[in-house]
Amino acid sequence: MNNLIKGEKYDWEMVIGLEIHAQVKSNSKLFSSSSTKFGSSPNSQVSLVDAAMPGMLPVINKYCVEQAVKTGVGLNAKINNYSVFDRKNYFYADLPQGYQISQYKYPIVGEGKVTIDFKDGTSKDIRIVRLHLEQDAGKSLHDQNPSKTYVDLNRSGVALMEIVSEPDIRTPDEAGMYISKIRSILMYLDTCDGNMQEGSLRADVNISVRKPGDEYGTRCEIKNLNSIKFIKQAINYEAKRQIEILESGGSIEQNTMLFNTSTGKTRPMRNKEEAHDYRYFPDPDLLPLEISKEEIGKIKSSIPELPDELKNKFIETYKLSNYDASVLTAEKQTSDYFNETINSDPELKNHAKIVVNWITSELFSLLNKNNQDLNNSPVSPENLGQLIKLISTNEISGKIAKDVLEDMFSSGKTARQIVDEKGLQQVTDQGEIAKVIDEVIAENPKMVEQYLAGKDKLLGFFVGQAMKLTKGKANPKMLNDILKQKLNKKN
Amino acid sequence: MKIDKNTINKIARLSRIKLDGKESEDYIKDLNSILDWVEQLNEVNTENVEPLSNISSSILPKREDVSNDTNSSEEILENAPDKLEGFFAVPKVVE
Repeated sequence: MNNLIKGEKYDWEMVIGLEIHAQVKSNSKLFSSSSTKFGSSPNSQVSLVDAAMPGMLPVINKYCVEQAVKTGVGLNAKINNYSVFDRKNYFYADLPQGYQISQYKYPIVGEGKVTIDFKDGTSKDIRIVRLHLEQDAGKSLHDQNPSKTYVDLNRSGVALMEIVSEPDIRTPDEAGMYISKIRSILMYLDTCDGNMQEGSLRADVNISVRKPGDEYGTRCEIKNLNSIKFIKQAINYEAKRQIEILESGGSIEQNTMLFNTSTGKTRPMRNKEEAHDYRYFPDPDLLPLEISKEEIGKIKSSIPELPDELKNKFIETYKLSNYDASVLTAEKQTSDYFNETINSDPELKNHAKIVVNWITSELFSLLNKNNQDLNNSPVSPENLGQLIKLISTNEISGKIAKDVLEDMFSSGKTARQIVDEKGLQQVTDQGEIAKVIDEVIAENPKMVEQYLAGKDKLLGFFVGQAMKLTKGKANPKMLNDILKQKLNKKN
Repeated sequence: MKIDKNTINKIARLSRIKLDGKESEDYIKDLNSILDWVEQLNEVNTENVEPLSNISSSILPKREDVSNDTNSSEEILENAPDKLEGFFAVPKVVE
């Protein structure tokens, strides 16, 4: 695959690494009992620990530790029996402690990897450097008042997992696929709700460019991107910016950038000269975090089936393509829906590909059009299964089935009800179809002549006429076969 | 390790502490003597000795994931010099 981008003078390769911040799905914060609920009134979920009142001590949330270990297992990563919490020191209005409790030298999870799947059937591993636990900061609102910043500390102290990748990513698309895959794993594990709009999952992107085969170039870091679209946009813009500088003879300054979502441009953050002097040191309020082999074993045994395992199972059991299987398993609700549909009737197991198509194209497009989610789809898996069975047994044609699905979607009726009520059963009676064809041929003698004279395209016209007469219910294959037979006999 | 004028200025800036000339001279002296004192530890041979992280041999206490439902807003904002509709109001920090 050619991943190079063209500059004015040379071809360039992007080198990209991601730091993903995933909020742990927990009831209470990492070091305090305040609630983590999203959208509550400002500063209503702030304990004295979160507000860094003097003398307050952090006590770690056992569940958050387990979720981090679980996620580590899901990322095929090494779980560290021993890890340490450090203070990362910096001043900001939404950081009452003056430091963030994080993990620096000894993270809870070490090296791992995830696999991304391309449309052409190939796949690629992206290596994970580490996953560590840390506190989130509060939220600042800058645009409400010309001279004030407003601070809400509800998020302050919420547990985050920071997942750091190696710079193995080479294109904006790969970056998008990587974060989608991480999101999917987190959601199967149920360790993060994956909601990017609410900020439960966001990423910092490190990017540099180089001529193919060269050493890594100097990188810039784009902070705090909260959608896949913005991640791709920011990477594209930043790569172009760097290439322009390099091609005009300049050099890249290592910098922390912000992405403006309305202009689509990146710009360097100010106050950068001190930005990276965090003076990490072990937090004297917290003992090292030790996890026994038994505890890790217990967590491992609680891990549900993950997207990759499920994907391989689908490929093996239902002979699906790698791509189809990865689309089905990208979101847990999709694979659950597929499972329920295909298991609703033993007959359907032989028509897995049709089931996939009806879910991922027909049903998805209806859901999209109506702004609905698969989780509360008006068409249940059983009802979709019934519809697909009507197709696979030739009772209705695929074309009519589309109308039936729309009807099911809006009326909530079952496929069977709709087909019976409207009399949509496919006509598979040879004699009946032949009768209609005779009619069409008799009514269009000129067309028949032209067809016989070599105008093959007219076959479509006859099919259309016959379909019209049967209200679209004739079995298309039978119709075609009989029509050709009859026309050729005329010759 | 020696603390000089540049280092003391940098530490002061990072800590958001304003020092005048006299104060920085004093701090250079004080910090250097503290460092000298601590550096005596270098005389001890620590080869093959694991760093001590825990003198009590107790383990990190953990809590269950239970959240309290108290609304903290009033208490938390009580000492705030400036506030608006439940938010802390601070001088504009633009980034």
